[in-house]
Amino acid sequence: MNHQESLYHFALQMGDNALILGQRLSEWCGHGPVLEQDIAITNIALDHVGQARSWLQYAAELEGKGRTEDDLAFLRPEFEYRNVLLVEQPNTDWAYTIVRSFLFDTFNYFHHVELTQSTDPGVAAIAEKSLKEITYHLRYSSEWMIRLGDGTELSHDKMQQALDDLWMFSGELTAMTSLETSLAAAGLAPDLSGIKPLYDGRIAAVIQEATLEVPSGAYMQTGGKEGRHTEYMGFILAEMQSLQRQMPGLKW
Amino acid sequence: MNLEQQFQARIDQEIKVEPRDWMPEEYRQMNIRQIAQHAHSEIVGMLPEGNWITRAPSLRRKVALLAKVQDEGGHGLYLYSAAETLGISREELIDQLHEGKAKYSSIFNYPALTWADIGAIGWLVDGAAIMNQVSLTRTSYGPYARAMVRICKEESFHQRQGYEILLTLCRGTQEQKAMAQDSLNRWWWPALMMFGPNDDQSTHTEKSMNWKLKRKKNDELRQQFVDVTVPQAEYLGITVPDPDLKWNEERGHYDFGEINWDEFWQVVKGNGPCNKKRMNDRIKAHEEGAWVREAAMAYAEKRQQRKLQQAS
Repeated sequence: MNHQESLYHFALQMGDNALILGQRLSEWCGHGPVLEQDIAITNIALDHVGQARSWLQYAAELEGKGRTEDDLAFLRPEFEYRNVLLVEQPNTDWAYTIVRSFLFDTFNYFHHVELTQSTDPGVAAIAEKSLKEITYHLRYSSEWMIRLGDGTELSHDKMQQALDDLWMFSGELTAMTSLETSLAAAGLAPDLSGIKPLYDGRIAAVIQEATLEVPSGAYMQTGGKEGRHTEYMGFILAEMQSLQRQMPGLKW
Repeated sequence: MNLEQQFQARIDQEIKVEPRDWMPEEYRQMNIRQIAQHAHSEIVGMLPEGNWITRAPSLRRKVALLAKVQDEGGHGLYLYSAAETLGISREELIDQLHEGKAKYSSIFNYPALTWADIGAIGWLVDGAAIMNQVSLTRTSYGPYARAMVRICKEESFHQRQGYEILLTLCRGTQEQKAMAQDSLNRWWWPALMMFGPNDDQSTHTEKSMNWKLKRKKNDELRQQFVDVTVPQAEYLGITVPDPDLKWNEERGHYDFGEINWDEFWQVVKGNGPCNKKRMNDRIKAHEEGAWVREAAMAYAEKRQQRKLQQAS
């Protein structure tokens, strides 16, 4: 794989993470626990889909086959989707939603800080543009981790349960694939082993402040970044792609 | 002049009523009712459109729809705040909605079945709402009038966006155009019903007009809406589902057919296709969010306590 191709796959991976998490968060719209948070979570979903557009537009450009952001979002099969397993996990309730975002946002933040230094100007520019939003996402989900972890007994238990259940999907964030290894070697994307201690440290600190416990289970699921997904993914795509699949090739 | 006469005199001079001003109790209650109904409509209105966010056919449309529905939530938020200036809490207002004591716009009891409906809701539903809301920027209660100014700006953006969705469909394939026509067929009459009963049937009109809670009558607004909207449908190339619709040269307005008032009252009474679903969705969100709200309060109190302890 040459650099151009590697970057294309990387842009897809970044776009898919943002798109699938944005899709999940947007399911909350109109159903949030209180109006202010309904608006806030919808706004965050909007940020993610906006970032997905930047990455998928860039991917389409790198691929150079005349495909568009929408072709990539709506006409790829599941095994070509490169998002991590974490983001496709269901909303379940506000606790799972916050934990999922918190784990992802923490990684996403440190990752983007490094990506602004990419030797590829396209990657650096998207990272730069997204960083302000991502900084806010991390603040939002961290605050809710603490608020609910240290809220009532019920909220504490719900948060610990969500953390325990989602934990096995968190390791994939910092587990390097061969694509990421080769990108890191070329300075196009960061070496994730450098990000891992920062990520682990921040996660542990927030979990502690939230009076929660870091789950002990160490076995981690992987595969999303290589196109092997959980059972949830097929339903996400069936819903998201439905119109484009029913009536392909049209303008909307 | 007694208090009530002084109050009326100020209204007649177009002086806005502000939260701390004296006002007749009935004026206060009518305002609460109207503002709350409007706020509830924004919140319930998020549901039919929210239903299509996950299925929007392009990323650009998905972003625009998310932003739109988020705006509706924002409108709800500042309308609830405007109602709160009249001495009622948001919790009370929401309880009234969930208990079926407060109303919301009946239009949201109709289903959003296709992508074209997202266009039709923006074009017709927001379009009808704007007709009413523009007149309300001059309503006598200050906080409500000011909220309306801001809301109207965003609503007219939504309306253009909705129209543009339909325009794209009407310039597309036969199948897309048929989808647009079908959505107009289903939304036209409910949109006309949004202006409420005919003036001779409307119970609150006279008092509302004197107190300038309402600035234009139902039938006047409805006519204005028909006159503006029919040429827009012609431009799209789709047909308004009313065989009696005809330009009346003498009146300088369109004549249109009789509204099915039986359907209107049935939907108001709870027998529309989605009344139960909309209310169940709202109640479910509220109940499932209870532990989150309680935990947030508990945490805020703990933090306050810790601050006090540190200070002492």
